[in-house]
Amino acid sequence: MDGTGSAPTARGGGMMPKALWHGLLTGLRMARQSARLMVGLPDYQAYVDHVRAHHPERTPMTRAQFFRDRQQARYGSGGGRCC
Amino acid sequence: MIRKHGPWIILTIAGALAFAVIATARGEHVNALWVIVAAVATYLIAYRYYSLYIARTVMQLDPGRPTPAVRRNDGLDYVPTNRNVLFGHHFAAIAGAGPLVGPVLAAQMGYLPGLLWILAGVVVAGAVQDFMVLFISMRRDGRSLGELIRSEMGPVPGTIALFGAFMIMVIILAVLALIVVRALAGSPWGLFTVAATMPIAVLMGLYTRYLRPGAVGEVSVLGVIGLIAAILYGQHVAQTPALAAIFTLTPIQLCWLLIGYGAVASVLPVWLLLAPRDYLSTFLKIGAITALAIGIAIMGPPLKMPALSKFIDGSGPVWSGALFPFLFITIACGAVSGFHALIASGTTPKLIASEGDARFIGYGGMLMESFVAVMALVAASILDPAIYFTMNSPAALIGTTPQSAAAAVTAMGFPIQPGMIAETARQVGEASIISRTGGAPTLAVAMAQIFSHVIGGKAMMAFWYHFAILFEALFILTAVDAGTRAGRFMLQDLIGLAVPRFRDPSAIGPGIVATGLCVAAWGYFLHQGVTDPLGGVNTLWPLFGISNQMLAAVALTLATVVIFRMKRQAHAWVTIVPALWLVACTVSAGLLKLFSADPKVGFLSHASRFSAALAEGEVLAPAKTAGEMSRIILNDRVDAALCALFILVVVSIATYGVRACMAAARTDKWTAREVPPLLAAAE
Repeated sequence: MDGTGSAPTARGGGMMPKALWHGLLTGLRMARQSARLMVGLPDYQAYVDHVRAHHPERTPMTRAQFFRDRQQARYGSGGGRCC
Repeated sequence: MIRKHGPWIILTIAGALAFAVIATARGEHVNALWVIVAAVATYLIAYRYYSLYIARTVMQLDPGRPTPAVRRNDGLDYVPTNRNVLFGHHFAAIAGAGPLVGPVLAAQMGYLPGLLWILAGVVVAGAVQDFMVLFISMRRDGRSLGELIRSEMGPVPGTIALFGAFMIMVIILAVLALIVVRALAGSPWGLFTVAATMPIAVLMGLYTRYLRPGAVGEVSVLGVIGLIAAILYGQHVAQTPALAAIFTLTPIQLCWLLIGYGAVASVLPVWLLLAPRDYLSTFLKIGAITALAIGIAIMGPPLKMPALSKFIDGSGPVWSGALFPFLFITIACGAVSGFHALIASGTTPKLIASEGDARFIGYGGMLMESFVAVMALVAASILDPAIYFTMNSPAALIGTTPQSAAAAVTAMGFPIQPGMIAETARQVGEASIISRTGGAPTLAVAMAQIFSHVIGGKAMMAFWYHFAILFEALFILTAVDAGTRAGRFMLQDLIGLAVPRFRDPSAIGPGIVATGLCVAAWGYFLHQGVTDPLGGVNTLWPLFGISNQMLAAVALTLATVVIFRMKRQAHAWVTIVPALWLVACTVSAGLLKLFSADPKVGFLSHASRFSAALAEGEVLAPAKTAGEMSRIILNDRVDAALCALFILVVVSIATYGVRACMAAARTDKWTAREVPPLLAAAE
């Protein structure tokens, strides 16, 4: 948080900037996940990992199938939003 | 001790100082930042201490106990989710138009009553309700409010609650649609941009369906570019007489368009219009709220509205009725919103990774919504109060020309020149700002002032005004469409109690019948509001507030029953206090709306005044014919019946609640029906 602002590589990857860079990336990834979840899309990779780990006999949906399935699940039933 | 609580003592002092500044300022404008400091300090302290007490003592949350997401993880509906990620999801689901509109309307009494109710209400009632319902649902596999009430209180209260929820849906849809009508009538620029969102959304839908499935971020960026282009082109539309004529509609034309839109849009495939527009409205909503917070922080505007206006006696032009109970009805969302009970027992409890997260998401999420309400109150209060009353008083009171409006508003005690009214309209690119009731246009003018202060100056004001209108209309239209679908399923459930064939959600016939009934129901109230000479918001907003608080009372009653059944009744005051308060507010507001002798407040006295006149062969303004007189009388009676119904729902649920609590107190063992903590993972 020392306000150098530039990418960590510019300072040769010292401890602080590296941690800062990492934190920034994590924050951005979470913001992206949160934004997708707001419109009813959970994490695709987590879904695939879950199916592989717990139901090896099933083939996980493709990314496109997953998207359509979740879209229908969120909006098809109506609810899920407030005034 | 000091190390642990020291920073919180300092925060308390800072908050108290801010309140002192707000409360003691006389004759000077208070800076809005003091309000923000007071609010944030209140939130942080309540979160740190009160929500911790609820989590530890009342709920006894156990971070090690498997949540529904852990036990039933399927990667789809049940997914253990990072708490920060889930917070965003939950906040986006609970925050809509409600917290933006209510505080704007409440500002007619000055900013102080609204501010105090928003802060006290959220800490003691709203956030407690959200947190408790989330907790109860989380311990029961994420089941819905209706199912929870059925299992903890019995089938009859469950059905009553389901019916109450459907009626709220109808009123919410009508009042939201009315706000759109009031914001877009006679505004070609606004109507063009909102109409343009439909082709933009359909193109986005086709893109995500066939070209790049799942590329939500990408298509949303394209959509936002389309929206900005639509706003820019909208100015050209408004300035070209031939085009402007096409997009200049009367309220009644817009009303029929919206009813038709609701009927068609709610049966289209979801990927075509609803889903893509929801992407736009969700992201725009989060973006605009963030921008508003940053804008207020940078600008630090003074509050021009008085702390207390003379209208606390109930004589205000925006809505009728005295401070108690009507202020507490006018601001529902932001202080306490029963509708959240449906969300907190919806998708969120199925996504919580650990019980320990429920406090941050349930209590914290509602604090965040409350902050949005505070910002809306600030926005309405930074406007010149004369402009505020010019925009929010019905035309029946102030006329339709700058001269008549300036004279009427000056007579209210807020001096203004006609030129100032015309100039404000010109700045925001509208033909007129007189009687733009419903809250949305007022908020848009305020947002335009704040945003243009930061970016673009006066030249950009018209753009920002239409951006704000677009952002509000966009998520209201999405709510109309999604709400009609939700209402349809609720209705199918209800009719299914008598005709089981209706239950099947995929059946086409029942689906069409239920959709038609739902649209007809909210369409009736919308039409009534649009043709109401006092602007409609006057009648419909209190009904909405009463119904929303009614559901909150129901949810808090459920929470009280569960606390009793867990044998922790010593702590049940946590939900009993807000439940009693809400019952008091809804019942007294309902009774006043029914029986008040003042025809401005009471539906029945208004009806009997008109029917007495009709019997004499007189025609009372604003009606022009005997037919209009009869319609006003019918509307009054329908509204009165609805009020009576809401009172009945509250009173019967409260009675069932008391009986369930007494039964639980008589037994000496735990009777709440939770899913056992050590049940093995389902799959």
